Amino acid sequence: MKVLVAIKRVIDYNVKVRVKADNSDVDLTNVKMAVNPFCEIAIEEAVRLKESGQATEVVAVAVGPSQCQEQLRTALALGADRAILVETEGFPQPLSVAKLLKGVYDQEQPGLVIFGKQSIDADNNQTGQMFAALAGLGQGTFASKVEIAGDTVNVTREVDGGLQTVALKAPAVVTTDLRLNEPRYASLPNIMKAKKKPLDTLTPEALGVEVKATIETLRVEPPAERQGGIKVDSVEALVDKLKNEAKVI
Amino acid sequence: MPLDPSTLEQLQTTVRRFVRERLVPLEAQVAREDRIPAEVVQEMRELGLFGLTVPEAYGGLGLNTEEECKVVMELGWTSPAFRSVIGTNNGIGSQGLVMDGTDAQKEYWLPRMASGEVIGSFALTEPDAGSDAGSVRTRADRQGDGFVINGRKRYITNAPHAQLFTVFARTDQDAPGSRGVSAFLVPADSKGLSLGKPDKKMGQQGAHVCDVVFEDVFVPADALLGGEAALHKGFLTAMKTLDRGRLHISALAVGCAQRLIEEATRYAAERQQFGQAIGEFQLVQAMLADSATEAYAAQTMVLDAARRRDEGTDNEALASRSKLFATEMVGRVADRAVQIFGGAGYMEEYGIERFYRDVRLFRLYEGTSQIQQLIIAKALLKNIK
Repeated sequence: MKVLVAIKRVIDYNVKVRVKADNSDVDLTNVKMAVNPFCEIAIEEAVRLKESGQATEVVAVAVGPSQCQEQLRTALALGADRAILVETEGFPQPLSVAKLLKGVYDQEQPGLVIFGKQSIDADNNQTGQMFAALAGLGQGTFASKVEIAGDTVNVTREVDGGLQTVALKAPAVVTTDLRLNEPRYASLPNIMKAKKKPLDTLTPEALGVEVKATIETLRVEPPAERQGGIKVDSVEALVDKLKNEAKVI
Repeated sequence: MPLDPSTLEQLQTTVRRFVRERLVPLEAQVAREDRIPAEVVQEMRELGLFGLTVPEAYGGLGLNTEEECKVVMELGWTSPAFRSVIGTNNGIGSQGLVMDGTDAQKEYWLPRMASGEVIGSFALTEPDAGSDAGSVRTRADRQGDGFVINGRKRYITNAPHAQLFTVFARTDQDAPGSRGVSAFLVPADSKGLSLGKPDKKMGQQGAHVCDVVFEDVFVPADALLGGEAALHKGFLTAMKTLDRGRLHISALAVGCAQRLIEEATRYAAERQQFGQAIGEFQLVQAMLADSATEAYAAQTMVLDAARRRDEGTDNEALASRSKLFATEMVGRVADRAVQIFGGAGYMEEYGIERFYRDVRLFRLYEGTSQIQQLIIAKALLKNIK
């Protein structure tokens, strides 16, 4: 079974995010970028499926500007066999990304498509779902366990009430949650070998997709600075403040 | 061939993550138990850290000196004991083989060293031959189709873990000083080879050092590093090996300094005295500024010296200049870090005193600061003549 893994280039999780002076967006100038952590889990899962003989080939795909090649190289170093960049100006919105990935899916015909459940920059948590709808595939989101049994993909999902297990008919879509696995570090020799693995570039035109913005960002603001705390004299005073000032009870 | 910038960047990023996510949290435990967990050593093997400088043809990464220095600066961010595990395989334990080994010697040992299956150790120092390395008394006498080695080596890094020793022994008993010394590849399980008790050290707990004793240790003729052509030329191998090692240690010192500066800056920004952060006080700022400036100077110096070494245009003992400056620099930076932390800097809990002790070794091994001064001055005078 061929596995397609969608990955996103995002701001490194260790970086303190700053907002542009005109509040139009987050400032990405000279900021370290990395593979979205949930997408790392997706790559790891695909590589493990290959190592255990359940997957035959792992193809990593990213949508975005040419710099996304860096993250695709990371995926190759982690064990993907080849990579595809759908090159766009900037980062398209989720619906466009889903449509572009549908185009790649039609070309590649994988048996399983794995996404991170969300990216840590926009936190939309919708690209995998939109893709599944567009492709007409079953989806197992927030996966904490994935097992392939013949044509069936069994996915244990982390839901509010506990764990839910669904059986999906392949081809299927999985989005990864935090506990699915612990991603490995790419070994240094594999980082060097990744240079020699194939990385193809496609355009939206070649996939017949028009990239459109359907969401307009009005304003980006940093979270409010944390205010200093106060000490209260009694439980009564605390309850009073929670009720009347904070209005949380 | 040098790596392209993005691949090198990825190597550095990966090592940085491994160091900060895996090693930094273990620092106190390793110091307390004087032991690096076996699973961490295994992770270091899997990551490929043992083969940074071993040529690609022998299963390593084949990094040039500048690339090696950049990776080692990342390793410097944590306790030097971790670096010590992979230090000899990338430096004094393997470079003699890389530079002067015969093809057969390289083919046998280097892939094993690159994978970390074999740990290599460098046995030059003796009880009466430290800075005066040319005065080694360990002797190797011809016997049948080989040599018999007798003598004692002291303070041998990684000896308790090593499977292979590069041993410097006198093969010409009549030749004075450094002439008449040869290098031998001696497996640790050779009959007659034994280890002393691990030495108790001032710092770098988790890294181990001990005596290595040779009592009628027989090695076949092909154990002579570089073959018959290299007989009596071992001292040249030792000096070349140490020269690259000096840049490695310099880079390590820079990495440690960067860590100490970050810790001290963070502390200065948080610690309140007289109603404000101590980082607001100009006397504290001066210490931070001096440390940052000196660390930057050392970083620039190490990378320039490394580039010049790779280009083959260094005839001014730049590696020695780098080691002299960078290792003395990190001593001052560590001292200021203790000062900025105040009483807390003296307490084990904060880890600053541990770095202060750990970095002290950098000014001693692979040539003391004073030996570097001699090498630098000698190169200056030679270039005038």
